[in-house]
Formats: sequence, structure tokens, C-alpha cells
Amino acid sequence: MIELVNIKKGFGEKVILPDVSAVMETGKVNLIIGSSGSGKTVMMKCMVGLMEIDGGKVLYDGQDFTNMQEQDRKNIRRQIGMLFQGSALFDSMTVEQNVMFPLDMFSKGSLKEKKTRVMECLERVQLKDAAKKFPAEISGGMKKRVGIARAIVLNPKYLFCDEPNSGLDPQTSLLIDRLIKEITHEFNMTTVINTHDMNTVMESGDHIVYMYQGKKQWEGSNKDIIFSKDEKLNDFIFASDFLRDAKEMRQMEIFQEKDWRSKLKKE
Amino acid sequence: MLKGMFSRPENMKMYWKEFMRQCVDIGIGSLGIVFIISLFMGAVTTVQIAYQLVSPIIPKATIAQVVRDTIILEFAPTLTCIVLAGVVGSKIASELGNMRVSEQIDAQEIMGINTRGYLIMPKILASLIMIPCLICIAGFLGIWGGLKAGEMGGILSADEYWQGLRQEWKPYNIFFSLFKSFVFAFIISSVPSYYGYYVQGGALEIGKASTRAVVVTCVLILFMDYILAALLLQK
Repeated sequence: MIELVNIKKGFGEKVILPDVSAVMETGKVNLIIGSSGSGKTVMMKCMVGLMEIDGGKVLYDGQDFTNMQEQDRKNIRRQIGMLFQGSALFDSMTVEQNVMFPLDMFSKGSLKEKKTRVMECLERVQLKDAAKKFPAEISGGMKKRVGIARAIVLNPKYLFCDEPNSGLDPQTSLLIDRLIKEITHEFNMTTVINTHDMNTVMESGDHIVYMYQGKKQWEGSNKDIIFSKDEKLNDFIFASDFLRDAKEMRQMEIFQEKDWRSKLKKE
Repeated sequence: MLKGMFSRPENMKMYWKEFMRQCVDIGIGSLGIVFIISLFMGAVTTVQIAYQLVSPIIPKATIAQVVRDTIILEFAPTLTCIVLAGVVGSKIASELGNMRVSEQIDAQEIMGINTRGYLIMPKILASLIMIPCLICIAGFLGIWGGLKAGEMGGILSADEYWQGLRQEWKPYNIFFSLFKSFVFAFIISSVPSYYGYYVQGGALEIGKASTRAVVVTCVLILFMDYILAALLLQK
């Protein structure tokens, strides 16, 4: 579990996060959503320590990450896997070498053991055949999947994904969403995803934090979103007429399902 | 930046691998340009000194003596390092800049790697080892280029050249040249590393950082060249 307690962050005079508190739950896909400039990327970077916070603290399973010694911070970071928006693969290395890099750096296993683990991870993301290719030779979706494989190769306790679906077609997006969801539930990880992709919200949002102008505006699950009366959230999530219609249809479906179930119970 | 480099390596083997990669990149990668520059540098120096020494009372062997000292004291370390500032410096700045912009450095930080130690220290150490070697090679090739230019241009014979090379030989010049090369090697690797590591923005900023790194490196080399000459060549 990751707790954010009264996080404050600004750049010069501009305050990005005035005072944010939130809890990222273990074994769940936690989403941070919000429009561009709402502070979600800053919040994620503060969480992983890529940005120092001006006030408050971040707790990883109760341990104060913010005020830790550098060595202790490194130990926590070794339990973190992160998928970056641009994948952040090392250009000079093949897919296999990219995934093996964290193992080479931190694992004491033999080369054979490391290769086996790399192949397991690549198989998981369905990229075993691309092992010998360089990042420049594979598609954006494949890069994201390599990024996921690299992020999970050390069996992390915490997985962070910064806009995992940006620039991907809906099918590939869905594949990645499902993959992250599966991995999270299978390994009981604390996964935090930063997104504004509505498919991701509805597909994998076990726990959602909606950010509006640097503040936590709403919190709930993907099921709660359908019935949320928060105007700002509804404007953001169901921005188009098509999505508003889809929401109403989904609401009706849920009501009908409930009605049908209660009738069944009575009978 | 430099202070942050010194922490216990996460995995010595990986640091060693990166150090060797940098040695190959900086050393072997720059051999071609150093080879060409030093040969022509020696050849041109011989021709120009012969052109200026017109007095019949000055023996021709003096040309070789002047070529030797000019190359060892100034041309091999300074000229070569100015060129290496362009070749190696821009490569270091753009490599680190690209890694920063494409979040590769952040990815390594998240893994718990001290990126300053892993990415910058091997570059500085490799430069401190490889650049003095390149300067030694440049010195030998420059002198050899002078010999060939002298022979081919009919300026002086090989015997006269060898005789000149042995005249008033001061081993201290070698120490001075190597000392300069270590100082320049540090500048060539650390200044571009700083500009590349702290770049912010996109491709345009990488280009700007790279150019700025080369300019600052060249100016610092020239400045240190004067300071070192003033301090170490005082009679």
C-alpha cells in the first residue's frame, strides 16, 4: 500500500499540488485520472521520488519514503517497476538485453537463470520472438510491452505506469490494460496508473483518483463512476454525447440486472 | 554532479562493462581523426618552420628540433584535445541528453541505480585513461608526419631529422604534455556530461546543450592551456 499524506509540490510560485492525500491499495489497479495539467504526472513523480516534494510524506507500506536515507530509498526503489510514457527503452540494447538489464544490475543468478527469467517475462507479454530486435525495429505497442516486461522482471511490489496507452490503437491499449490488470492481481502488486484513457478507466479501474487543478476531486471504483453525480468528473469522463449515451445505457443495464436479480430472489 | 558520482557501485561488473565500452568509444572511436590530424599537423609544422628558418647559419636539423618541441608541448595535447572536445564532447552531451529526454535516466533512477555513478564516472575515467594515450599517439604520428613531409619536400633528410630530434632533449616536456592531457581529458568528459545530464526539453535542447558543451570545453581548454604553461614552464 502506498499512502500520500498532505503532499505539496510547486515550481517557483506556481503551486501544482496544494495538499493531496490519497491511498493506493495493494492488489488493485489504482488509477490517477485528470485532464492535462491537473498534476497527475507530478503526483506520480513525487510518489516514486523523481521529484522532491515540498511538504507532506509518501509512505510505502508504512515506511516514510520521503525522509529516508539514500540507501534505504534505493532498497525501496528496487521493489518498484515503472513503465514510462515513451517506454524509455535503452536504444543501444536489444529487447532481451533491455529486460535483462535490471537482473544484470541486481540479481546474483547465473546467466542461464537470468535468460530463463527474461524469456518468462517476454512470453508473458507475448514478445518472445522479438527478443533479438532493437527498440527501433519494433512498434510502439511492442515497446510498451517490453517496458512492462522490464518493469516486472524483478518481481516488484509496486508497479507504476505513466500513460501506458498513449499513442496506441484501441486493441493494443486493451491488450496492455488487461496485461497490467492480470499481473497486478496475480502477484498482488500495488499498481498505480496515470491515464486519461477512458477505456482503461472502465476496463481496469479498481480504484480511481480523479485530480482536478491539483486537488483530489473524486475517489471510487469504475463501478461507482457510472453513478457518480460529480459534475466535474462527469464532464471529464463522459465528455462526448456518445459517451454520455453509453453511460446512460450502462446505468439502465445495471438497473435491469438488479431488478432481474431481485425478482429471481423473490421467486 | 561530481559529488554524486561517488557511491558504492550497485554491481561492479556492470560498471566495469560500461567503463570498457566508454574506453572503446572514446579511445578506439577517436583513433581515425587523431591519426589524420596529427599526421598533417606534423607535416605542416615542418614545412612552415623550414619556410621561416631561412638563415644559412641555422642547421637544418633545428627544424626537427622545433617540430618536436612544438608538437610535444602544444600541438599534440592542445590541438588534439580541441578536436576531441568536438568529437567526444558532443557525443557525451548528446548521448546523455537523449537519455535524459527519453526518460532512460529516470528509468535507471527508478531501478535504484546511481545514474551519475553509472553513466558519468565511467566516461570520465575512460577519458582520463584513453585521451593521454591518444595524445601520445598524436605526438609520435605528428613527429613522423614531419619527417615524411621533410623528406618528400626535399627540406631535410631523414638523418638530419633524427639528429634534430635528439638535440637538446628535455624529458620534462613529456611530463608537461601528459599533465596537460590529463587536465584536458577531465574537462572534455566532465563539462559535456554536465550539459547532457541536466538537459531539459526536447531534441532542440539536446542540440543546444551539445553545442554549448563543446564551446565551453574549448574555451576552458584554451584557458587551462595558458594557466598550465604559465605555471609549469616558468624558468
